[in-house]
Amino acid sequence: MSELDELITDSEVIVCCGSGGVGKTTTAAALGLQAARAGRRCVVVTIDPAKRLADALGVPGRLTNDPIKLTAEGPGQLWALMLDTATTFDGLVRANALSEAQANRILDNSFYRNVAGSLGGTQEYMAAERLLELSRDRRFDVVIVDTPPSRNALDFLDAPKTLARFLDHPAFKLMMVPTRRGFKVLSVAAQPILRSIGKVIGTEVLGDALAFFQGFEGMETGFRRRADEVIELLQSQRTRFVLVASPRVDTIEEARFFAGRLVEKDLDVSAVIVNRATPDFGEPTGKRPRTIAGAALYDNQSQLHEMATAERQDVAPLVADTGREPTWVPLLPSDVHDLDGLDTIRSLLFAGSAVAEGSR
Amino acid sequence: MPPTSENPLQFLTDAHVAIVAGKGGVGKTTVTAVLARAAKEQGLRVLVVELDGKPALAKLVGPDIQCLALTPSAALAEYLETHGLGRVAKRLATSGVIEVVATAAPGIDDIVVLGKIKQLEQTGSYDLIVVDGPAAGHAITFLMAPTNLLKLMRGGPIRSQALDVAELLNDPARTRVVLVTLPETTPVNEVVETAAALQDEGKLHLGPIVVNAFDGGDDLPADKAPADSSLREAAEFRNARRALHRREVARLAESIDRQQLRLPMMTSATDSEVVKALAAGLGEQP
Repeated sequence: MSELDELITDSEVIVCCGSGGVGKTTTAAALGLQAARAGRRCVVVTIDPAKRLADALGVPGRLTNDPIKLTAEGPGQLWALMLDTATTFDGLVRANALSEAQANRILDNSFYRNVAGSLGGTQEYMAAERLLELSRDRRFDVVIVDTPPSRNALDFLDAPKTLARFLDHPAFKLMMVPTRRGFKVLSVAAQPILRSIGKVIGTEVLGDALAFFQGFEGMETGFRRRADEVIELLQSQRTRFVLVASPRVDTIEEARFFAGRLVEKDLDVSAVIVNRATPDFGEPTGKRPRTIAGAALYDNQSQLHEMATAERQDVAPLVADTGREPTWVPLLPSDVHDLDGLDTIRSLLFAGSAVAEGSR
Repeated sequence: MPPTSENPLQFLTDAHVAIVAGKGGVGKTTVTAVLARAAKEQGLRVLVVELDGKPALAKLVGPDIQCLALTPSAALAEYLETHGLGRVAKRLATSGVIEVVATAAPGIDDIVVLGKIKQLEQTGSYDLIVVDGPAAGHAITFLMAPTNLLKLMRGGPIRSQALDVAELLNDPARTRVVLVTLPETTPVNEVVETAAALQDEGKLHLGPIVVNAFDGGDDLPADKAPADSSLREAAEFRNARRALHRREVARLAESIDRQQLRLPMMTSATDSEVVKALAAGLGEQP
């Protein structure tokens, strides 16, 4: 049984990491398709702001924060959704607020909308939150996550720390004083630094920010418990990590960076996938023909062979780092933008697998 | 074919700031280096600005072109310094408050970075400033930052900074956005969407569209190879890729009415020598 087969049948969460443009989204979707064929009910989550997953799945328009069912293969199912950071944050606020009034105070705050979408780490934190929700959703056996194409993609491994960055943020501390009941917001007048900030960004904007932080009084405990549950899920054997790269020096460096981050966390790389590899038709045999047509054909095969050889050399450091022999997916003559194309990728990933051929 | 001026490099002197944008993996950084090199070869005084903390860029452009790395926190600290807030600047920077300030007024970090670029443009020391911009998703937010911020803020120094930056970005004689894509379906779809958003909502002006890693060349005579031979398979694969590339550049030309620059697919890894070769080829577009 190959690493990928095992991954598909055994895990409950699969996290795909890699830099942008390496076909990570397509890979996540293809793994999902295979999981569905193996009889599992699978949901693929993308955090990508671009609508690549929808494109890869041939879904018209955009995916939403709620999973939609794409295919059913016997008992197996494939669902997909696109993480909506703001909606997920709203849900988290509602779930943890002590009263509906408190929830509404936060949700109505104009500063909140900006924070929900853009404070560094919020997106990663909400991805982890959504992942936890989906892993407990009885409709699904396995959740496949396509991480954002950024270096911070693995920040959600630090979910408790990311949360700390939010509630223990130096700015938060600057604005709040601890009290017996939790935290209390300082007034602008009490803090010279806040006055200075007010001068730059305007006192209105600052006032909104303060009111926002004030709104969270008493909610810390719930947030922290949630974060602990996320980290437990990510560190358990139920969760596996897959590195996706393309055979270019820069994306391989990124994959090595991710591999390093995982090692730091005592997490294992379960599989390495290299997409968009130049297909190798071998070295052309015999002498280079003298005819124009013959020489052109000979040179083409030889050029492709050279490129493919160089690519294998470029990927070698990643193989050394992870101890995983990559699964190579060749560059296709055309793009993947529907379920048929996705099925081609799936069959290339799982070539020779019993599940791949068995259910046909 | 898209409309081209007689000199394909004319665009290098159309504006003083060229912001290069494109989704991850399309070769945005390579294109930045190639444009800088081509401008340098034309005798222009060039500055390369990079925003993503990519040390690779300086190596790609080579030692004879000046490179500057800009970060939001450094730009904001400098901004505060020059606005008589130097005393708090340091504390702001170290306490992480900058992150929250930037969040309180979204785009504030982009505004100070763009403000710094504006300041560099105003010195008149450069004929062309090539900016390795953020990835496509963020490019729109980045370039729309002044528009969005002006809606939110009623006064204060940041607002006037945003006004200055908007003036820089919206003047076709000062700033052009160079979009980079690959000749494949999804990247082309995305660049068409980005172009529309930047032009319609951002009132920005586009420079040429750069198609990276274009596999041009005539179709190979696959039928001259023996059936089922590897020669034939290799030729059929290459022909299919080339057909896809031709189809996609044609679709791109139909969708965006801008000059198209094509960089050939390179068989070796990109280094400053490859950049030089690509820059030299840029002046010989079909």
